[in-house]
Amino acid sequence: MSNVTQIKHLYARAGFGIRFKELHGHENTAIKKKVKELFKASEADKPITVLTENIDLRPRTDDPEVKKKTQEDRNQQEKDLNVAWLNQMATSDGQLREKMTLFWHNHFSCNIGNTYHQQQLNNIQRTNALGNFKTLLTEVSQSPAMLTFLNNQQNAKAHPNENFARELMELFTIGRGNYTEQDIKESARAFTGWHFDGKTSSYTFLPKTHDDGQKTFMGKTANYCGEDIIDIILSKKQTAKYISTKLYRYLVNDTPDDARVNEMADVFYNANYEITPLLEHVFLSDWFYDDKNIGVIIKSPVQLLVSLTRQFYIDYHNPDVLLQFQRTLGQVLFKPPNVAGWPGGKAWIDSSSLMYRIKIASTLLNAGVIDFTGKATPEDEAFLTATHKQQFNVEKRTQAVPDWARFLQDIPLDTPRLEVATFMLEPKLNQTVIDEVNQSPDIKSMVIQVASTPEYQLC
Amino acid sequence: MLASGAFMLPAFLKPFEAMAMNDITGHKNLVVIQLSGGNDGLNTIIPYCNDIYYQKRKNIGIKVPDLITLNDTQGLNSNLGALKELYDQGWMTIINSVGYPNPDRSHFRSMDIWQTGSDANQFLTTGWIGRYLDANQHNAKTPYTAIEVDDTLSLAMKGNIMKGIAVSDPNKLYQTTREPFFKDIVRDHEAQHLSEENLGYLYKTMIETYSSADYIQQISKTYNVTATYPTTGLGNQLKNVSKFINSGLNTRVYYVSLGGFDTHAGQQGQQGRVLKTYADAVAAFVKDLKQTGKLDDTLVMTFSEFGRRVEENASAGTDHGTASNVMLFGGKLQKPGVFNAPPDLNNLDNGDLKYQVDFRDIYATILDKWLAVNNSQVLGKQYNGLGLI
Repeated sequence: MSNVTQIKHLYARAGFGIRFKELHGHENTAIKKKVKELFKASEADKPITVLTENIDLRPRTDDPEVKKKTQEDRNQQEKDLNVAWLNQMATSDGQLREKMTLFWHNHFSCNIGNTYHQQQLNNIQRTNALGNFKTLLTEVSQSPAMLTFLNNQQNAKAHPNENFARELMELFTIGRGNYTEQDIKESARAFTGWHFDGKTSSYTFLPKTHDDGQKTFMGKTANYCGEDIIDIILSKKQTAKYISTKLYRYLVNDTPDDARVNEMADVFYNANYEITPLLEHVFLSDWFYDDKNIGVIIKSPVQLLVSLTRQFYIDYHNPDVLLQFQRTLGQVLFKPPNVAGWPGGKAWIDSSSLMYRIKIASTLLNAGVIDFTGKATPEDEAFLTATHKQQFNVEKRTQAVPDWARFLQDIPLDTPRLEVATFMLEPKLNQTVIDEVNQSPDIKSMVIQVASTPEYQLC
Repeated sequence: MLASGAFMLPAFLKPFEAMAMNDITGHKNLVVIQLSGGNDGLNTIIPYCNDIYYQKRKNIGIKVPDLITLNDTQGLNSNLGALKELYDQGWMTIINSVGYPNPDRSHFRSMDIWQTGSDANQFLTTGWIGRYLDANQHNAKTPYTAIEVDDTLSLAMKGNIMKGIAVSDPNKLYQTTREPFFKDIVRDHEAQHLSEENLGYLYKTMIETYSSADYIQQISKTYNVTATYPTTGLGNQLKNVSKFINSGLNTRVYYVSLGGFDTHAGQQGQQGRVLKTYADAVAAFVKDLKQTGKLDDTLVMTFSEFGRRVEENASAGTDHGTASNVMLFGGKLQKPGVFNAPPDLNNLDNGDLKYQVDFRDIYATILDKWLAVNNSQVLGKQYNGLGLI
C-alpha cells in the first residue's frame, strides 16, 4: 500500500517539507515508522551560538560616532541571528524540533532590542521544544528577554507591574475569559522579585523586592510565589485546551475541531504537559491524515523561504536578501508585531504579498532580479536614522545559488513529470497545474513553475 | 468602459469595471502620511514662548528667529517653511498633544496601536482603514478602494474581509501581474478552487490583483501630473497620489510613509532634513490639488507613533515619548490654524506630555464626516469626534 500522501503530509506539518530522496523508495513505509524516525532525528538539541557579545554591556557613551557604531553592530547581530536560525531550519535533520521551536517562538512572542537575549530565549525554546511545557514556560518566564519584554524587571513590591501576569494568562496559558482582573493584580504580586542579573544574563530571585504577603488567586488564598501561580494555572484543564487549540491550528487545520482539540487536551493534561506524547498522538491519529486537513494551511513567509531553501539546497551568497524577503512578505524572525504574535492564516496574504510569493520562487531558483523591498519595521528606524538612510538598501541581485545537480540527482531520470509535481505540492493537482507541467520545455522550468503556484503556498 | 480580460470569471468576481463612478458618493479622498520612528512634535511645532521648553532643551531648543511664528505661542520649525503658505491660506490644521491612555514607548507596539486603533492593552489583527473597507464593502468591493503607495501593505490597510492594495508604481504592478507565472495561473484557473477555503482565497486574491492592476494602470495613465514635485521618495509617492486622484481613480484612501524620525542623537540636523523632505513634498501636493480643483475633496492627515521626551538627552537628541501633534491639510477644514492649546509643559507625566486628544477621536471624525461610515463600526465603540472638518 502506498503511503505517499500521508508521508508527505507528515513531513509538511512536522517539518518544512519533504525531499525527493526521503520519499522515493519509502512510499510503502508505515506512518508509525516515519513518525518514530522524525522524533529520533530531533533528539539532538543544537543551540544557536552565533552571537557571543551582549552589546548592552558596552560602556555608556555620548560620543555620536561610538553610538553609531553600536547601532550598526546591533543591526549586524540581528541579521546574524536571523540568518543563523533560518539556515538551521533549512538544513537541520532535527526538522520537528525546529518546526516546534518556530511554534514556541510565536507562542511566547518576544520583541526586544537585545539580540543576545533573543538568542538565549530561542535556545530555551529549542531545548524544551519537545519537552515539558511547564519547564518551558518557567524558563521562558525567567529569561532576560521575557523579563525585559513584559516588564517583570520593574515588577517590585512597592510598585507592581502587571504586564507579565496579564500576558501569562491571556496569551501564554489559559486564554481570555478564564481569569479576572483581580487575578492579574494578585498574581503580579507573586511574580515580584523575578529578576535577571544584567551582567551575567541569568535569572536571580530578589527576596527584597518580593511581596510575601497573602494573595488571593483563582479563589484560593496563600502566600503564593511565582512558581505557585504557574502550578495553579497548569492545574486548570483549560490551559491544556488553550495550547492544544493553538497547536491544532499550527499542525492540523486553521479551523479548530472541538472534539479533536478536547482529545488533544486530555492527552496533554494526563501526560503532565509533556509535549512529545501530545505530538505523537496527533501524528498517529487517523484524523490527522483526513483529506480536509491535507494541503490547506497557508505557509508562513518563513516556512515558505525555509521550504524552498531546503528543497533546492539554496546557498545565499548575500544573506541580506533573506531579511529583505522576510520584510516584503511580512514576517521577520524575532520581530513579531506584538506579544500576541503573528496572526497567521489568511492574514499572511494580500495582493502584494501573494504577488511576491509567486515571484520569489523564480527569483531564487532562476537568479532573478529583485525589484521590490519590504518596509522598515518601526524599530528599524533607530538604525536607519543613525545611518541617515530613508530605507534599507535594496539588494537587487539575489546571489542565491540553488544546487540543481543535487536536487535533480535525487530524482531518477525516468520519473514521470506529474510525479515530480505531485511530490512538490500538498494540494491535489488540478487541470491548470497539470497543463502547465505538461507544457514546460524542460524539468527545471517545470519545477520553477510548480513552485510559483498558489498551491505551493499551502502545506 | 474598459476592456475586460480575456479569461472567464465567476460572476461574483467579475464586475469591477462595471461599477459606476458615482457609486462612491461625493468622492472624497483621504491621504494618510505616516512619519515613522517617532517624530519630535515639540521641535516640529515649537512652543517658543514657554520657558520650560528652553530649560529642558538647552542644546536643541529652537529659538526665535530660527523659527517661523504661527501665533503668539507656537512656531514652525524653519525646515517646514513650505507649509507656512498652506497655513496662511487656511489649508492646514495643527492638533496638539494627540495620544492615548497608558502610552507605550516601544516603536512597534505604539505603531501597532495607531494602525489598528486599539487600546494600549488590546491586540487587534486588523487595521482601522481595513475595517473601514469591511464596513464599506457594499459600496466598494475592490482592493484599490485603499491604495498604499509602497511595495508592501501596512497593517492599517488590512481588514477581516477586505484589504487594500500596495502600488508603488502602477506600471510595475501591471507588468508583474502580466509575467507568465502569474498570468497563466489567473487565465487558466478553474472556478472550483474558489469554493475551497484557503486555496480559493489565494486564487481570488490573485484574480483581484490581476484585475486591479489593469484598472489602476488604465485609469491612471490618462492623467499626467504637470506640477513640479521634489525628487524625494515622499515627493514621488505624493506625485503618484496626485496622478491617481486627478485621473479619477475610484479610491478613497491613500497611504504613504516617511522614515528617519528616531532622533536619539544629533537631532537638529537629522530631524531638519526629514522635516524639509516632508514639508516640501506636502506643499507641492496641496498646491497641485488646489490647481486641479481637487483640494476641497482631499484631506491629508499626518501622524507619528509617538512624540519624544520633553527633556533632551546627553547626545543632543531625544528619547521615546508620548503625545505629539497631528497635522491635517485640505480645502474644507472647519478650524484651520492651531486647533487646541499648546502642549502643557507644567503638567508632565514622568517627564512626558499628557495627551489631550485621543487619536481615535480624529479617526472617528474622519470616518463619520469624510468617509461616511459610523465610527463605532470601525473603532469598536462610539467616539464623539472633533470639529475638524
